[in-house]
Amino acid sequence: MTITHYLILSLLLFSIGVAGVLLRRNTIIVLMSLELIFNSVNISLAAFSYFLQSLNGTVFVIFNITVAAAEVAIGLAIVVSVYRSRKTVNVEELDEMRY
Amino acid sequence: MNIWALLILPLASAVIITLLTRKNKDLSSYISIGAVVACFAIVAPYILKMFGDPHMHPEEQAFIWLDIPGLMVEIGTLIDPLSIVMLTVVTFVGSLIHIYSRGYMHGEEGFSRFFACLSLFIFAMIGIVISNNFIMTFIFWELVGLASYLLIGYYYQKPSAADAAKKAFIVNRVGDFGFVLGIIVIFYATGTVNFAEVARHIAAGEVSNGTLGLASLLIFCGAVGKSAQFPLHVWLPDAMEGPTPVSALIHAATMVAAGVYMLARTGFLFAAAPAGAMEVIAYTGGITALMAALLAFGQTDIKRIIAYSTLSSLGYMVMAVGVGGTNAGMFYLMTHAFFKALLFLGAGSVIHACHTNDIWEMGKLYPKLKITAVTFILGSLAMMGIFPFSGFWSKDEVLTSAFTSGHTLLFIMGVFTAFLTAVFMTKLLIVTFFGEKRYHGHPHESPSLMTIPLIILSIFAVIAGVVGIPGVEPSFGDFMPSFGEGHGEHHFNYFVAVTSTIAVFIGIFVGWLIYSKKAIDNKQLAANWSGLYAALVNRFYIDHFYDTVLVKGIYNQIARISNYIEVYIIINFIINGSAYLTRQTGKALRLTISGQLQHYALAMVGGVLVIMMMYVIL
Repeated sequence: MTITHYLILSLLLFSIGVAGVLLRRNTIIVLMSLELIFNSVNISLAAFSYFLQSLNGTVFVIFNITVAAAEVAIGLAIVVSVYRSRKTVNVEELDEMRY
Repeated sequence: MNIWALLILPLASAVIITLLTRKNKDLSSYISIGAVVACFAIVAPYILKMFGDPHMHPEEQAFIWLDIPGLMVEIGTLIDPLSIVMLTVVTFVGSLIHIYSRGYMHGEEGFSRFFACLSLFIFAMIGIVISNNFIMTFIFWELVGLASYLLIGYYYQKPSAADAAKKAFIVNRVGDFGFVLGIIVIFYATGTVNFAEVARHIAAGEVSNGTLGLASLLIFCGAVGKSAQFPLHVWLPDAMEGPTPVSALIHAATMVAAGVYMLARTGFLFAAAPAGAMEVIAYTGGITALMAALLAFGQTDIKRIIAYSTLSSLGYMVMAVGVGGTNAGMFYLMTHAFFKALLFLGAGSVIHACHTNDIWEMGKLYPKLKITAVTFILGSLAMMGIFPFSGFWSKDEVLTSAFTSGHTLLFIMGVFTAFLTAVFMTKLLIVTFFGEKRYHGHPHESPSLMTIPLIILSIFAVIAGVVGIPGVEPSFGDFMPSFGEGHGEHHFNYFVAVTSTIAVFIGIFVGWLIYSKKAIDNKQLAANWSGLYAALVNRFYIDHFYDTVLVKGIYNQIARISNYIEVYIIINFIINGSAYLTRQTGKALRLTISGQLQHYALAMVGGVLVIMMMYVIL
C-alpha cells in the first residue's frame, strides 16, 4: 500500500462527489455529494499524515469532520425550511435569484 | 485711539448686522452709522494734528501677515497727510451719507442688508487709504469692488441693476488685471511691496527706466478701471442703478476717487517714470474729461447726468496727476467729494420727491423743495467752478498745473470741459428746478434726516476750497509730499483763472439762452446736428462697440466653443459614454446569472480545471 493507492481512492471519491453535485437534482443528494468531496479530502490528508509521520494532517481531519458536521446540520435545516415554503427540493426549480 | 479700530469697527458692524441684527432695521442702521461716525471721531485728532504740523512725520505700523522665503507681505497702516485727507473725506462724507440713507432708504426691503454693505464698503475703503503696501492695497481694492457690486445690484430683482452690477465688476476686473501685473513687475524689480521700501529702491536708481514706465502704466490700468477712465468708463453711468446714497458715496466721493488716491500714493513711481508714461496718463484723463462732459448732454436721467460729470471730474484728477500736479489732483478729489456727494444726495432728494429720474418730468421744483434746490444750486456752482466756491480753487489748480507744465492742448481741453460742464449743469438746474411745471403728483421736501446732511455738505462745498487759496496758511500743498522736481507747488495764475472763469460764464450764458430764454431751440439744435446728437445719446457707440465686438464677437464665440466642448465632449462623450458602456457591460454580464446552482458549480469546477491545466502545461 503506497500513498498512491490512497490518493487514487481520494480522487475517485472526489470525482464522484463533483459529479453528484453537478448532476443530481435533489438537494439532499447534492449535500451528500458534498460530504463525499469532504471525505475524499480527509482521506488524502490522513494518508499524507501517516506517510509523512506528521500529526498536522490528522489535526486537520478532525477539524474538517467537526466543521462538516456543523455544516450538514445547517444545510439540512435550510433544506427543510426550503421544502416547507416551496414544497420542493429540486435545485432546478429553486432559481428565483436570476436576472 | 488705536488706528486699527478704523478697520475693525466697520467690519464688526458689517458682520454684526449680517449675522445678528438683520431682522431689526433700526438697530442695524444705528450700528452702521455708529461705526462710521466713530471712525470719523478717530480720524478727527489726526486732522487737527495735521493742521498743527503740516509736515508731520508719517506714522507706520505693521505686522507680518505672510512670510515665505522671497516674499514678505505685511498688513500695515501708513498715516501721513495724504491718507489723513482721504480718511477725512471717506469718514466725514461717509457719515453724512449714512445718516442721509436712513431717511432715503426708509421702508425699503433689505434695509439692513444695505447698511451691512455700506459698512463693508467703509471697511474696504479705509483699508485702501491706510494701507502701506501694494498687496494690502490690492486686497482692499478688490473688496471695495465687491461692496460696489453688492450695492449696485441692491435691487437685484431688477435685471438692469443686476446687469449693471456685473458690468461694473467685470470691467473693473480688466483694469485690475493690469494692476496685478504692475505689482508683479514692481516686486520683480525691487523685491518688496512696501511703499516706502519701493520708493527707496527707486530713489536709489536701482530700477531701469523701461521697467518703471511699464510698472507705472500697469498700475495706472488699475486706476483706469476703478476711476472709470476712458476706455473703461462704461461701467460708471450704469452703476447709477444702485440706490442714490450709494452713487453719492461710492460712485462719486470715494471709491472712484480711489484710483486717483492710489496714483498719488504711488506718486514716487510716477515721478520717476519716463515722460512718455506720464503723457499717456495725462491724455487719458484729458480725453475722459472732455468726452464725459460731451456725453452728459445726451442724457435725461438726473443721476446719469451727474454720473457723467463725475467721469469728467475724475478725468480732471487723472490729468492733474499726469501732468505732475498730484497736489492739484488730490485737492480736486477732496472738493469734488464734497460737492459731488452733495449733488447726488440732492438728486436723491429730488427723486424721493418726484419718483422719477427723468429731468423732463420735473421742472419748477424750486418752490416745493427749497432746501434741496438751494443746496443743489450751491453744489452746482461749486462744480462749475465759480469764484469763490471750492470748485473754483481746485479746478484752477488742475488747469494751472496743466498750463505751467506746458501741456497747452490739455489746458485747452480742460477749459473747454469747464465750459461744457457749465452748460449742462445750467441745463440741469433750469430744467429740474425752474421753467414750467412738468411733474406729477405733489412733491414735498424730504425729512430733516436727509436735508441736514445736504446743508452740512453744501457748507463744505462752498468753503472747502479755503485750504487751497494761495496765501492762506497752512495751504493744501503743504500737506502733500511733493514728488519729483518741484511739481508740487503752483502759483496762482491770473491768466488761467480768468480764462476758466470766462469759459464758465459763457457756458452758463449759453445754457440760459437755450434752456431758459429759449433763444435757441434745443430740439432744432438736436435736429440740425442729428448725427452728433445720436452719437451722444448712444454714448459715442462705445458701449455698443463693446457689446458687438467684445461681448458678441469674442466673448460669445468663446462661450459657444466652451459650450460645445462641455455639451458634446464632456457630457455626451465622457460622462454619458462611460455610463452607457457600464450599462451595456452589465446587461451582457447579467445573462450569466441563470439562478441555476449547478451552473455556478460547473463554472467553479471548470475554472479549477483550467487553472490546473495551465499549471501542468506551463
